[in-house]
Amino acid sequence: MTIQHSEMEGARAASEVRRFLMQRGSGGVADRTFAALMLGCALSIFAIVALILGILILRSRLSLHEFGLSFFLRSDWDPVRGSFGAVPFIWGTLASAFLALLIAVPLALGVAIFINEMCPRALRTPISFLTELLAAIPSVVYGLWAIFVLVPIMRSSVGPFLKKFFGWTGLFHGPNFGIGLLTASMILAIMVLPVISSIARDVMKAVPNTQREGVLALGATRWEMVRIGVLRNARIGIVGAVILGLGRALGETMAVTMVIGNHAAIPKSLFAPAYTLASVIANEFTEATGDLYLSALIEIGLALFLVTIVVNAIARLLVFMVTRGNTARAV
Amino acid sequence: MPHRPSRANVGRRQAANHLFTILAILSTVLVIAPLFAILVYLLFQGVRSLNVAFFTHLPRPVGEPGGGMANSIVGSGIILALASLLGIPVGIGAGIYLHEYGGGKTLANAIRFTADVLNGVPSIVMGIAAYSLIVVPQRHFSAFAAGVALAIMMVPTVTRTTEEMLATVPNAVREAALGLGIPKWRTVMTVSLKTASPGIITGCMLAFARIAGETAPLLFTAFGNQFWPTSLNEPIAALPLQIFVYAVSPYDEWHRLAWAGALVLIVMIMVSVTLVRVVTGRGMLKGGH
Repeated sequence: MTIQHSEMEGARAASEVRRFLMQRGSGGVADRTFAALMLGCALSIFAIVALILGILILRSRLSLHEFGLSFFLRSDWDPVRGSFGAVPFIWGTLASAFLALLIAVPLALGVAIFINEMCPRALRTPISFLTELLAAIPSVVYGLWAIFVLVPIMRSSVGPFLKKFFGWTGLFHGPNFGIGLLTASMILAIMVLPVISSIARDVMKAVPNTQREGVLALGATRWEMVRIGVLRNARIGIVGAVILGLGRALGETMAVTMVIGNHAAIPKSLFAPAYTLASVIANEFTEATGDLYLSALIEIGLALFLVTIVVNAIARLLVFMVTRGNTARAV
Repeated sequence: MPHRPSRANVGRRQAANHLFTILAILSTVLVIAPLFAILVYLLFQGVRSLNVAFFTHLPRPVGEPGGGMANSIVGSGIILALASLLGIPVGIGAGIYLHEYGGGKTLANAIRFTADVLNGVPSIVMGIAAYSLIVVPQRHFSAFAAGVALAIMMVPTVTRTTEEMLATVPNAVREAALGLGIPKWRTVMTVSLKTASPGIITGCMLAFARIAGETAPLLFTAFGNQFWPTSLNEPIAALPLQIFVYAVSPYDEWHRLAWAGALVLIVMIMVSVTLVRVVTGRGMLKGGH
């Protein structure tokens, strides 16, 4: 990134000849065609977003017309009677994403701090590589592992343990099948971890070293240096990283579908099965009979699209504010 | 007066320092633990279930032992090739525009921002978009629809990597070419793009690795198929899709195949990612820097 920066400096200070050279040769037919083609490719990104938005609105017209805004306020989902409301899915999505962030954020920040500020140099690359490998495992493989390893563990040991010692909180009651909201949140947490920690690392890296040195010079311990010198400066970007993780968690489909239980009711306990916006689409889309049913599912997709666009836009802006654009690409 | 460091609260502060150091180390261990848990278990289960039939046979109906996922592996290859063919050129073109033509213009900034935001859109949304756009008018599922859905997912990643890689090409190289009288379009193609090509290839491979494991968009575009693919215009089998179907089934034999499939899939992804990492020495998630 420093290279790019100095390049820009250089270009700004360019002589007349240099400016002429950089701009010349854009008059010919071949040149104009090439430039137009490249512009076309770039504009296709707008086109993709517009196309997705347009087609989703078009195909969910029936449901939009039938239910209006009440679609997002009704809690009944009964394809047989043709009655559709998204509340159970909104609940499931928000609850699982929130729980996942609750688990993932402290761990992700811990890893980011460890790699950036505490880790011996030799360990830095392998550890960051390992955390990034977590992002390379496909969602369906996480789901497979969760079904056969995590679910039995939750059923036989973690669940009963939580019930025994934290049953008084009222969060852990009802039958414990192993599948359910808590298991889905745990697998979701593992999946959003690398996203949050890698962006948080970028944000922390963007904090100038003088901040660290200044705090250390005042006699701070290493942790105080991190807290006062790094975290305080990077906090907006860290919030951005967390929101980016939230965006990921909201739309994650396969692994969640495989372990959340897929029951269209508002979960009353962390052990209870739930349903998310993404998993109801994955499960019911191909068996949706009737136009209204299909339309309702596409409307859920539309909602998911709009929400993740807004969430990601906010996150990107926050991260950009801290790093001034010197950040990693979207993960 | 001699300077003496304050001793106030020193015990409490050092305790906090040790506590948070330990917490940071602990969280790192807790993050790496599931990675090993998954990989080791996958290796154990996968190796036990892998055999030659897996790579050469079609899936068998329930109850008949044996069978493989040969058609799914081929199907995945076809879908991924199609997606790369559609997505990579568009992504590279957009990246070229952003760096070589866009400059600091508002349009370029808006495109860059849109690409980043598009990257965060859940893959299942791409699936229903491709379904609504291609499957509904055609009235049947197809490999083509799956390819389009995955291609859309590749574009923003490839765009941003290409742009970042082009930014590392020194301007002097461009000026030298232009100074020799080479037109700008040829300068871009043969000088800028060629100089940046190792990084761009890295980015493309990472985008490829990312879509290779995608399942959600395939559910209602590729749909799956028990037989060999014969046309791009019909439902097609895919490895991640078949893993999902087998994983949620109640049959042990199918679970066995799911593990084997997952192992094959992850080895493919890990090998490409690690190769890229080793060859370029760059962060997997970053493409650049």
